[in-house]
Amino acid sequence: MTATGKYLRIVLGIAVIAALIVVPMNFNRYGLYILSQWAVMTIAAMGLNLTLGYAGQISLAQGAFVGIGAYAAAIMTTQGMPLIAALAVAIVLCFAIGWILGYPALRVQHHYLAFVTLAFSTLAFLVFRNEDWLTKGIYGISNIPRPNVMGFATNRPLPFYYFCLGSLGIVSLAMWWLIRSPWGRAFVALRENPVRALSLGIDTRRYTLMAFAIGSALGGVAGTLYAPLTQYIDPVPFNLSLSLDLLMMVIVGGSGFFFGPFLGAMIAVLLPEWLRFTQGYYLMLYAVAVMLLLIYSPTGILGILDRYLAERRTKVASALRAVAKSRLETAP
Amino acid sequence: MTAVLEVSNIKKSFGGIKAVDGVSFDVQEGEILGLIGPNGCGKSTLFNCILGQLAPTDGEVKVDGKVVTGLRPSELNRLGVSRTFQLLQVFPKLSVRENLILAGQEHQGNMMSRLFGPSDAGLTAVADQMIGFFKLDHLATEAAGGLSYGQQKLLDAAMAFMGGPRLVLLDEPAGGVNLTMLGDLKERLAAINREKRATFVVIEHNMEFVMSLCTRVMVMAEGKLLAMGTPAEVRANPAVIEAYLGH
Repeated sequence: MTATGKYLRIVLGIAVIAALIVVPMNFNRYGLYILSQWAVMTIAAMGLNLTLGYAGQISLAQGAFVGIGAYAAAIMTTQGMPLIAALAVAIVLCFAIGWILGYPALRVQHHYLAFVTLAFSTLAFLVFRNEDWLTKGIYGISNIPRPNVMGFATNRPLPFYYFCLGSLGIVSLAMWWLIRSPWGRAFVALRENPVRALSLGIDTRRYTLMAFAIGSALGGVAGTLYAPLTQYIDPVPFNLSLSLDLLMMVIVGGSGFFFGPFLGAMIAVLLPEWLRFTQGYYLMLYAVAVMLLLIYSPTGILGILDRYLAERRTKVASALRAVAKSRLETAP
Repeated sequence: MTAVLEVSNIKKSFGGIKAVDGVSFDVQEGEILGLIGPNGCGKSTLFNCILGQLAPTDGEVKVDGKVVTGLRPSELNRLGVSRTFQLLQVFPKLSVRENLILAGQEHQGNMMSRLFGPSDAGLTAVADQMIGFFKLDHLATEAAGGLSYGQQKLLDAAMAFMGGPRLVLLDEPAGGVNLTMLGDLKERLAAINREKRATFVVIEHNMEFVMSLCTRVMVMAEGKLLAMGTPAEVRANPAVIEAYLGH
């Protein structure tokens, strides 16, 4: 049964990837823009999913890291530097700032930690808005070029979408590997029982800082894709509401599930578009849908699936036990 | 014989309450020391002070002759001092095997080798051996949260042994465990003590368990050391009977 399940999953995975490559070929410019945005936001949400979903540390600052990455990309590429250099700067910068932002998490938890990270989010926004010499303030930075990837220009929407999709692929593989490594296990230990983790020799301090730093660095990666996607940035998209959006993506998709951010970002980015036919009501409908979902399943959409699979497993196991027992009883 | 653990004059106050009030004792290598006393007499607080979970108000703890007071629990653990908790402390979402791998993974290599090394940190075989030893074979891939209370208690104990500790402090290992499993647990602990020369300090209310497992028993009352001796001596001590065993 598990073998067929595995094949089913592989086939499903290949089908989804193929669809993500083939179907958008005849999308219009706007459709590709939305889909690229999904890929970018998924990367940012994956970072937050590591910090919050796996390691259990709440952060309301992920949007700020997307902003830092976006500004790094915008400033550097408009000066003629390659995007890859901006990516390196964004990763190092966000990793370092994320590490520092992790220190409060060693002292405070839950909503107190949320407030600390919220304050950082506000601080970052003020820097984006007020430090004109660096960020051009409210006028923003325009004409952000799109990169050449291995000799291919990504100026047109479809190649740029493939660039985002490819980046998402690379980040996904890295994340998959990270959460399967002993680090991933230590992050989960941090979330589930930090006191016990400490007594098992796990340096909870270092892992907490790592969870923040890596999660933030992924926010930076998303930012370096966001800038060339929109080709114009100003401080507004990186205010607190982006952090809240990303938090919602993680929670709605399923916090602590690998595919949670993919689903959450899809809902947050695509659903408002699909609901557009309802005109003025779409945001309300969207809000109600999110509320209903979280009441029904606080662990998000993948939480529903997980519960269903767990129940089925239990049923199968108890059926097998019953069969074994009846065999035992009827044995001569 | 060398003292694995030397505790001298440990004190811990919470506000005006002296939870532990000047306790000193040594534990020799290979010994199983029982620690008994009425509820609230400071046993668990003493454990927490020894293990760095609480900072003692006063006093000193030495492991293998080295002062360890002020070390973090994780550092102490990597020096070979392990523990179990009074209340269940397994990681419910991880499988039994994952719980055990987690319990051992920080005892080898460094952060980088753990990141770039194999995902099981090379511990699957060791974990499975431990699973077999604690008779949890059929449960290896089950989520720990789905196990019965007694099974989780066994897993909890097994986790304490993953890093190959020299000294293990067990806080009520028998609490809530049924009789059959209790026998298993006792036999397992005794075997590890014999074969690995692991030293134990055991807090326990189950007298039969303490008296049959331990080589020496220490009795605490109101934060102080009341008596110390072989199980037979302690059982016969009038002060102990008065404070604890009499009712």
